[in-house]
Amino acid sequence: MTGRHNQGGFESRWKSGRFISMGFSPDPAQGLKAAALKARVAALKGPLIHAVITALLLLDLFTNGVASAQVTFERLVNATKEPQNWMTYSGDYSGKRFSLLDQINLKNAGTMTAKWVYQTAATGKFETSPLVVDGILYATAQDNRAFALDARSGRPIWMYQRQVPSDIRPCCGRVNRGLAILGDKVFLGTLDAHVMALDAKTGAVIWDVVAADYKTGHSFTVAPLAVKNLVVIGISGGEYGVRGFIDAYDADTGERKWRFYTVPGPGEPGHDTWEGDSWKVGGAPAWNTGTYDPATNQVFWPTGNPSPSNRGEGRAGDNLYSNSLLALNADTGKMNWYFQFTKHDEHDWDATQVPVMVDAGGKHLIAQADRNGFFYLIDRSNGKLISATPYARTTWSDTKDAEGRPVANSHASPTLEGRTVCPGALGATNFMAPTYDAQTGLFYVTARDQCDIFSTAPQPYEAGHAFYGSAYFPSEEAEPYLGFLKAIDPATGEIKQKFQHTSPTWSGVLSTAGGLVFSGDAEGNFIAFDAASLKPVWHFQMGGAVYAPPIAFAVDGKEYVAIAAGSVVFAFGLP
Amino acid sequence: MFRRSCVWIALWATVFIAGPASPADDRNPLAGDPKAAKAGEYEFRINCALCHGLGARGGGRGPDLTRAQKKHTHSDPDMFQVISNGIPGTAMPANGTNGQGVGMTDEEIWEIIAYIRSQEVKAGSKSLGNAAKGKALFFGDANCSLCHMVAGKGGRLGPELTGVGGSRTREAIIDSVRNPSRRLAWGLTEATKEFPHEYESATVVTVDGKKIRGVTLNEDSFTVQIMDSNERIHLLEKDGLRSFEKTRDSAMPKYDTEVLSNKDLEDLVAYLTSMGAQ
Repeated sequence: MTGRHNQGGFESRWKSGRFISMGFSPDPAQGLKAAALKARVAALKGPLIHAVITALLLLDLFTNGVASAQVTFERLVNATKEPQNWMTYSGDYSGKRFSLLDQINLKNAGTMTAKWVYQTAATGKFETSPLVVDGILYATAQDNRAFALDARSGRPIWMYQRQVPSDIRPCCGRVNRGLAILGDKVFLGTLDAHVMALDAKTGAVIWDVVAADYKTGHSFTVAPLAVKNLVVIGISGGEYGVRGFIDAYDADTGERKWRFYTVPGPGEPGHDTWEGDSWKVGGAPAWNTGTYDPATNQVFWPTGNPSPSNRGEGRAGDNLYSNSLLALNADTGKMNWYFQFTKHDEHDWDATQVPVMVDAGGKHLIAQADRNGFFYLIDRSNGKLISATPYARTTWSDTKDAEGRPVANSHASPTLEGRTVCPGALGATNFMAPTYDAQTGLFYVTARDQCDIFSTAPQPYEAGHAFYGSAYFPSEEAEPYLGFLKAIDPATGEIKQKFQHTSPTWSGVLSTAGGLVFSGDAEGNFIAFDAASLKPVWHFQMGGAVYAPPIAFAVDGKEYVAIAAGSVVFAFGLP
Repeated sequence: MFRRSCVWIALWATVFIAGPASPADDRNPLAGDPKAAKAGEYEFRINCALCHGLGARGGGRGPDLTRAQKKHTHSDPDMFQVISNGIPGTAMPANGTNGQGVGMTDEEIWEIIAYIRSQEVKAGSKSLGNAAKGKALFFGDANCSLCHMVAGKGGRLGPELTGVGGSRTREAIIDSVRNPSRRLAWGLTEATKEFPHEYESATVVTVDGKKIRGVTLNEDSFTVQIMDSNERIHLLEKDGLRSFEKTRDSAMPKYDTEVLSNKDLEDLVAYLTSMGAQ
């Protein structure tokens, strides 16, 4: 018996689940009963058994969802020490979306089956990246939905939906990309620009604050990031001429602790990069989740396009800090440095991709595959560019400046007649979460080759109305548009492997210690790839296109991989 | 009395709060307003021109909206509903859900309708061919009906064409006859998928050496559904094939003026237009 229990890993955790079901009940007295039984058994069987049972009880805290512990900041910092959980948008603060779980691996992935599905009844693009903590899965869906499920069965524990105002017009769908969790609360940003704390056990509203007026085009679609005792969140609305910002709220009270305006006001550094009053409607939203470096207490958060998104006339200058990566002090929101990917953007190339923290050769880096088609490596201690290499079809830049940053060609600017530029307005990638696989050392990203005709459409600013300043059309000469999963060597920017999808996809990517990379496609397949070769080793037809990234977690010693597709959350595992 | 007051308040709210932007109105409150039509032109470029073309004259993908006769909408409220909710089973999405443009306010939708109506006036109607002769050609010498169905009669290999005259411009129809490979027709549109399927041609060889040629009805990374020239549907797993080749050369032969004169083609267009208007 002792030998069996000492096998470790998933095996022992599964045993612990059985053990509990034989003698313990999920109530507050559980600890007392457990202690009493432990003492009795110890007296009967001796010290060895005593040690085994103690270990099993400790493991149980993390695997059965029975004794749900508080999600402390320390747990979030050390997220990789509990790979059975997925506690932030990208799985840990580094943004790698890499799981240390290896029960599902290259040898057995071909036998994976669907373990459960959860129907949300929501329509539109389903972009959520779920969280899993101690056996409970927390996720969001369209139209201000949030819910908690038994991660073993998919059965709902609570559901919450905030009514969406009838006059709301969020750009690009009524989407949401996920929750943050801290303590006993989960945090939701809503389409009508509220930040909310919900009770993690019941979904009850704990606090609810208004960050901005939705009637002027402000909204939240992003998964917040919990850091220390703060909830960090960035606004959407780059298509409505909002002045972008990143906020931090006290997780206990909802009090706003700091706000960083991504478009500097009068007297602030960078203000002179805007013509006249254009800064007031300058955009630079912050609608995708950043990362956090505990070592330097910096939040890395990317920003989106300047407004109007496709017309540079009237906002001459670099338009800081649009399309930039910002390094902010987590306590104060003060900016330490910035790096701007696309200056004076006229093609809607938001830099709102997850800035992935990668350490290599003694250097602390950030890797970001940008929507403008270049893969950037940045020194995260100072924001200096190390390299920029194209990873998809690009025609907008043939030269680089002294720092090595790609510079826009003069003929890339939109005109009234229209000009074909690659990538198109949707970008070489977009919000799809990438992954960095610690085992292969490769960065995997969903990419597309598509070119668009960019045509200006002069349009005055009107509060709450669409503010593009341009129209764009697919360039038929560039058809068909190609979609890929690409594996990039961060050191060189070289594309080591690629898999061509049937059509471009919006799926994010997950890598695991099982030698696997997971992603989905527009045709509804969920696919497991050999991380080394990007050859598919397993797939499942989910019946709806994928706009979400996968996650991995374990409960009762069983590994699952989950993803949203269509209007459904799927969980897969071994038979 | 109380009830009447409520009705009065509701009416007041409709007129003074919802203002001119209520979909409950039975006509466009901005009809004939040139300023509204101009504002609608901006909105149209951002939200609609992607498929319906600049000037609403129809792209290769979306219908020509300058025609007074439209397949799915007649009145302004009809058009409001279609723009707001989309058309099920077609590529026409609901307002704000196509991922391209942003969602529009009710007022902006009325502006777009004002703009489309203003374009209709300019376009006028034109019919250059003889529909009866076109019908005879379609089912006779031009051999269109071998592969295309109209009103329940004809083949299945190519797109069904009953409504094409109501949803495509004359120029787009002519182009697809003269240069069928230049812009492949859209096939199946799936609710959550970004791109509709296209009528690509495929040649496969099965493990037992059987060669199948046809058009793809659908495809993903692992399977393909092909209709061959005998209208048999083949359901195939790609990893079970000896070879799989796909081409963007349309299975439809190119009808140049040697095969089909300009006059005959105008007759065909007239026939399809008359069917599309029904």
